[in-house]
Parts: sequence; structure tokens; C-alpha cells
Amino acid sequence: MSRDMSYEAVMNRKNEIMKKAVGIDYQVFESGGIAFDYERMMKEVGYTIDEVRKIQAETGVGNTPLLELKNLTKLARKLAPPGKGARIFIKDEACNPSGSFKDRRASVSVYRAQKLGYKGVIAATSGNYGAAVASQAAMRGLNCIVVQEVFDSEGRGQPEILEKGRKCEAFGAEVIQLSVGPELFYTFLCLLEETGYFNASLYTPFAIAGIETLGYELAEQVRAATGRDPDAVVITHAGGGNVTGTARGLLKAGCQNTKIIGASVNLTGLHMASDRDFNRKSFTTGHTGFGVPFATWPDRADVPRNAARPLRYLDRYVTVSQGEVFYITEALAQLEGLERGPAGNTSLAAAFAIAQEMDEDQIIVVQETEYTGAGKLPSAQLTFAKEMGIEVRRGDPAEDKPGERIIIPEHPAQIKVKEVDLNALRVSYISNCIKNYKVERVTAEDIRFLAEDTKTDEEFVKNVLKELGVKF
Amino acid sequence: MPDAVKGTWVQIHKVVLKPEERSPRLPDDTKKVPLEFRLKGFLTHDANLGEEVEIETLIGRKVRGKLIKINPEYEHGFGKPVPELLSIGMELRKLLGGEVDVSGHELRSCDE
Repeated sequence: MSRDMSYEAVMNRKNEIMKKAVGIDYQVFESGGIAFDYERMMKEVGYTIDEVRKIQAETGVGNTPLLELKNLTKLARKLAPPGKGARIFIKDEACNPSGSFKDRRASVSVYRAQKLGYKGVIAATSGNYGAAVASQAAMRGLNCIVVQEVFDSEGRGQPEILEKGRKCEAFGAEVIQLSVGPELFYTFLCLLEETGYFNASLYTPFAIAGIETLGYELAEQVRAATGRDPDAVVITHAGGGNVTGTARGLLKAGCQNTKIIGASVNLTGLHMASDRDFNRKSFTTGHTGFGVPFATWPDRADVPRNAARPLRYLDRYVTVSQGEVFYITEALAQLEGLERGPAGNTSLAAAFAIAQEMDEDQIIVVQETEYTGAGKLPSAQLTFAKEMGIEVRRGDPAEDKPGERIIIPEHPAQIKVKEVDLNALRVSYISNCIKNYKVERVTAEDIRFLAEDTKTDEEFVKNVLKELGVKF
Repeated sequence: MPDAVKGTWVQIHKVVLKPEERSPRLPDDTKKVPLEFRLKGFLTHDANLGEEVEIETLIGRKVRGKLIKINPEYEHGFGKPVPELLSIGMELRKLLGGEVDVSGHELRSCDE
């Protein structure tokens, strides 16, 4: 009897397919309600920092340089009030084998797949993660399939994603290029079922454990360079893994007082599943189209319980505009001699503004860079934007309108962060938990879990529940 | 002569889901169009453009679809010169007043 391969039927087999494809029984960490034992999951399924470092050393991942951006710091101090302008450091993650921090995220999954005897790995990603999985798979002798969302219905490919696809093919991966739509997940499930490969999901405990070394190394390097802990670390935020892994690594290194700041490119108003909007954005990751939904509902991911839980760690969340990130990308190349990809510089644009609020003796760290080149350069992205009818001009970035206008600042003083109300995201997350788990009465265990998962306290959670009219 | 002989590097296309088979939760513009699939590999037989063919992918999987490109190129590039970006470096160096910090030393200019 042949299996029913219709959209509905395959989606209904999701849990069964995923269990085989990631080799984790998530059920054992469940409480039956909203709560689940996150830390036990991370401990039992993941690996310790030392184990991860060993795994990553086998494939040349990690130990990237920490560079002080002296000229950008000097520029920030020229714009800041007297005594203000923290020292800005950057972790040059582009030095990883495939050119981004995603190698850390892929390394443990591919190691695990090899150890468990899978013949290959599959990743559903339009980002640098594809190249990372492909590169790690090449090193470990596994087959690799990457499923990307690339084209609109006219067959126009997003330049940044086309480049990422090219890189995957350069590492010998099969790259399936799809048109716009969330049913990418359907194709992904069909492939997992057909091939029996390992799902190198971005959201398993393996993926997050792989990123913890970034935060840990960063803490060690900042201490060695300055004799103190970083005061703030700015992290480009999309699906939540970068924030979660880095923050956990910092905590494991003992940085209890380091502020964790998430930064996304503001793409408010563009619909992520819209065929038209797809090619009217110049950033394909690190933007609010992922950052907000993954913060308010992390378990939307391809695994039942997402190990990336950004609200658990974020102290502050800010946005910057596309034009501001392109500007700072130019500044990084021209003043610091580092030509790096724009999406990874989202956190740099934010850090440049935030440094001006901080004291001169404080330390702010941008925790990643990514490789750049054809398709990923500001010139490639802005040429494409103009072809798509987007207005590009110099001006005040406050006039930026995603999908219509990209405003390149006229002066670095115009680079500003916009605050995202974290409490509003926390309320939205709690409300999504109630809706998705269809609970009528919230238990004491659920309340404790929600307080931890939103970095608040039980009082905060109880007040939200009261407002939502939910019994506890 | 066929357009492409066995072993040629090509791109195929197929429709994964027709508009009516797609997820019910889509914006209107996406709902109207099919979910399309493109993949590259080596032809396992001689074929003409537009025909239903079989390819072997880079990992050796056999996949069928319509032949749409022979020797498909990477078409993304570095883009055109973007005037809105070109002058940023000079502007910033001017703002720094010629002081570019290397290894902690203040330098007025490189020929001083």
C-alpha cells in the first residue's frame, strides 16, 4: 500500500516523522500541560561545553578572533555625550569554515547524525545554516540536502539566498529551491520520510549546545583582553537560537551581570508568506519577521519543543532599519578593514548606537560577523531592491518604510535603536501558550515555568493570567 | 540531436502543490500561485528542453521533473555601483578628522 502523500496526510504524520529524524523522545520532558523540563532536556539530550568544544575542534569550528573596533568606538565617542561611548568588540565568526556562527549550530547535529549511523542530513533553511550543515556533512562524509525558499512566482531569486544555495552546492549538497510559502515544511517532511536522513533542525538541544561555545569563548576572550566581563552583548535575533545559545554560554562562563540585547532588522508591515513581499525585503534573516513570532511562540519550530527560547534570556530587544545596517556594513569595511555580510551586522548597527549610552570604560560586544560576497553585499542587495521598485536614498532613517523605502543615513548620529516592548512579547507568549495547549486551569508548575521562560517572576505571570481571565 | 545529452548538468522544475492543494493559511497573493520546485543535477538520459526527465543530484538521488535549463549559471552578482553607499567611507574618515587608530596610537595622517 502506498503512503498518502497529500499535504494534509503528511502534516498529520509530522510527529512520527520527526521522532525518527531527530532521535529525541520529547515526551519524557513533558508535564502534560504548558510546562516542560527545559533544563533537563538540555542536559540529557545535549552535550557539555567541553564535549561540544571537542566535537567542534574536530572540524575546525570556533576559536574565532575577538577584535576591538577602535575606529568605530572613536566615532561613537565623537557622537556621544562626554564620558560616554563604550569600547566596541566584535567576534569574527566569519572565520568559521563555512563563514558564519552557524557552523557551531550545525557541528553537533552532524556529529550526532554520524554517530547514530544516519546516511545523511537535511536542513530546511534559506540562511547561512545551509552552508554550515553542508560543510560539516562534507567533513564527516555524510550526504546533505538543503531545502530553501528562494523564488517568487515569477522565478526571481533573492540574491542573498541564491548565494547561500551556491555555497551549499560548492560543498556537494543537493539544494532544493522552492518558491514562497510555509509549505516548505511539507516538502521537508516528504524528504525526511523518503531518505530516512537526520533532521539537522536549527532548534534541537544539539543546535543550541553548539552555540553555547560562542558565548563561553567570548567571555574568556573579553576577560583576557580587558580584565573584566562584558557589560553588554548584542545578538542578531531571528529564530532565537543565537540569543539562547550565546546567553547560555555566557552564563556557563559566569557572566551573571552581562546584559543580553537582541537586535533585529525592522521589517514590520511585510508579510513573510507573501509572494509579492518576499522580494521586497533586503534582509532574509535577522529580521522582525522571524524575531517576533519566534519570541512569542518558539514552539512553532520543526520540533515539538524548541530549545531556542529567546524570552528566557533577553534583557532588552531593539530594532534597526535596513538602511542603518547597510550604512554600518560600509563603515565596518571602510574604517575597520573588515568586509562582512550585512545581515550579521544587524547587531553591530545596534551596538554602535547603544555604546553611546554607556560609559567609556564599559565593554559592548557584537557576537558575530558573517562572510560576504556576490549576492550578499549591500551593493547586490540594493541593486536588486531598486529593480524591485524600492526607493533607495540618503536621508533620515526614521523615514524608512520596509517594502517601499530604504533610507541610508546621511550621518552616523542618525543610527538609533528602537525599543521593542519585551513585556508585550511576554504577554503574547503566555497568551499563545494558553491558546496552543488549550489549558483551562494553569498549574503551579506551569506558572513557575512561564516565569522562567519569560525571565520574569510568578507575580508577573499571575497578573497576565488574571488579565487573560485564565484560572490558576 | 537532443538539446542535452546524458550526463549534462541541468535544472529541472516541478509543481509540488497546485494552488488548490496549498495550505489554507496563506496570504491572497501566494494562494493564487503553485508551490514550485527547482533542482539541479546530471541528466541520466538524452533529452530536450521542456521534456519530463530524470536527473541524478549531487548526492546521487534520482529525481524527475521538467527540463528547464541546460548548464544553469549562478546569476547573482555584486550589483551595480550604489551612489548612496559610495561616499560613506570618505565622509566617515573626514568625521574622524584623519585620526585613524592603529595599535592604540593616534595618527594625524599617514605621511606625517
